[in-house]
Amino acid sequence: MGSSAEFFQHLMNGLTLGGIYALIALGYTMVYGILKFINFAHGDILMVGSYIGLFIFDAIRGQSLGPWTIIAFFIAMLGGMIFSAGLGMAIERIAYKPLRKATRLAPLLSAIGVSFILSNMAAWMWGTKSRKLEYPFDNSPLYIGEVSITPHQILILIVVIVMMISLKLFVDRSRIGKAMRATSLDQDTAKLMGIKADRIIAITFAIGSALAATAGFLIALEIKVYPSMGTMTGLKAFVAAVVGGIGNISGAMVGGILLGLLETFGVALLGIPYGLRDTIAFVALIIILLVKPEGLLGKVEKEKV
Amino acid sequence: MLNFILLILIYTGIYALMAVGQNLITGYVGLLSLTQAGFFAIGSYATAILSVTYGWNFWMTLPVAAILAGFFGFLIGLPTLRLKGDYLAIATLGFGEIVRNILNNWDKLTNGPMGIQRIPMISIFGMRVSPYAKWGFLILVWVFVVIAYLLFERLARSRIGRALEAIREDEIAASSMGINATRYKVWAFVFGAMIAGIAGSLQAVFILSVTPGVFTFMVSIMVLCMVVLGGMGNFKAVVLGAFLIQFVSYFPQLVGLSNVIPPQFKQVLFGLILVVMMIWRPQGILGREQRSAPGRLFKKGGRS
Repeated sequence: MGSSAEFFQHLMNGLTLGGIYALIALGYTMVYGILKFINFAHGDILMVGSYIGLFIFDAIRGQSLGPWTIIAFFIAMLGGMIFSAGLGMAIERIAYKPLRKATRLAPLLSAIGVSFILSNMAAWMWGTKSRKLEYPFDNSPLYIGEVSITPHQILILIVVIVMMISLKLFVDRSRIGKAMRATSLDQDTAKLMGIKADRIIAITFAIGSALAATAGFLIALEIKVYPSMGTMTGLKAFVAAVVGGIGNISGAMVGGILLGLLETFGVALLGIPYGLRDTIAFVALIIILLVKPEGLLGKVEKEKV
Repeated sequence: MLNFILLILIYTGIYALMAVGQNLITGYVGLLSLTQAGFFAIGSYATAILSVTYGWNFWMTLPVAAILAGFFGFLIGLPTLRLKGDYLAIATLGFGEIVRNILNNWDKLTNGPMGIQRIPMISIFGMRVSPYAKWGFLILVWVFVVIAYLLFERLARSRIGRALEAIREDEIAASSMGINATRYKVWAFVFGAMIAGIAGSLQAVFILSVTPGVFTFMVSIMVLCMVVLGGMGNFKAVVLGAFLIQFVSYFPQLVGLSNVIPPQFKQVLFGLILVVMMIWRPQGILGREQRSAPGRLFKKGGRS
């Protein structure tokens, strides 16, 4: 294989991985943008969404592969997204909302509690053994020149691009999106202008959780579904959000893709052992915090007294 | 039965050490650190490797374990503590996972997932403290707890402790009073890490073996629960919290229901404790210790 083909191969792998991180990072960044708070349970919401998607898919798909399995796959994904959105809103209502006026530490601790409850409830109800999600199509790779690309990767790219464009349009163009931006900018003023901030916050949680469920369901095809699947993925997506500039939606997209590329090329070209792949993200986090703590696209925030 | 209660008390002591450290970081400075398990692991492995591979005496490995844990605390603390507290939580969470990852993979030094067995027992003045004779070990562990308690309590009442509380209440105001916030935060973090290292060292000579599987995120969560349940910013409360959490975690075995109650039950309970305490009683069972010297004087004089 020529070196340029090899390069494009890694680029392809990095982009798909990065797209996944970006989808998850969006949830962190949107919530942080409005509430200035890290939703630790985000990765676990992803896990629950993947389980629900898996159950729906297993229930409705037939025996043989065909157009129906692909439709069934998307129906299952939608089911997982809706369930996660509801779960995200419920968690916000029960565990975070009473703590809005509390110290900074309180919602963080509560979120860690929620994360722990979700992952252990899942292990309790559904067992710790990982479950396989079958491909809805024949996943043998296609070749473009010497570069191989699997239908799974194509699926990821399409879904990620569609999701990102629609989110961007929603936030930039729609009325609710405008209200979201206003709430994120200044919650009190937004309330005075007649924006129902509580409703906007609930919607933000719903959208973030649904995106996480989508990402979870997409990677479940490769890494299977298990109760702690959200932990590491969630952490890395958070790093992506920080790298891009937390609170900034375009930043999360850029950060996610950058992190995906960094991991793929780090292992392939820099010779970082595969076992230490997860460490790359944290080294990136430390470096970005040292050099440019506001992230690539973030604004410098001066704290006022 | 008595043996089992002694076992719970020994673990209470080991975890109380970690909780005391966590209390300094979370209760006093108001920072969320999620990696007591990581420092615990570093301390354990330091003692295990030095005493098994290099034949060191336990008492020589102990300071190395503490310093090594403190050094790593310094390494993660320095970049993250300059910024807002939220990043520390993520960085420390990641650090804990990385430590376990490395312990699992660095076969040459740590023997991978198998861990290190046959750690020599402690001896004091030629007397062997066997973990099988639980009374001796219990006393040893609690001597450490009492020393740590007194030291940290002293530290909290000193100028340093007041500086830490000032940082928690308002970092900008504290800085404008001339307190170097970053330096104090890093020191608090390093002290917290060191004592977790000591706890790890003790655990290694109690179980006489170390495996990476012991040092999961669950350990950090348990320690956090101890602090939150007992009361942030109150060292007595934290020791009480350590006892309560250990008791809850061994309750199924204690009443002989360990086949009925699934292992996840207590973990769900720990999660619930965090959420419920934050919503209804954020100050914990005992609450923050109130102690302002001028106030006390005033009360005494004013009540006549």
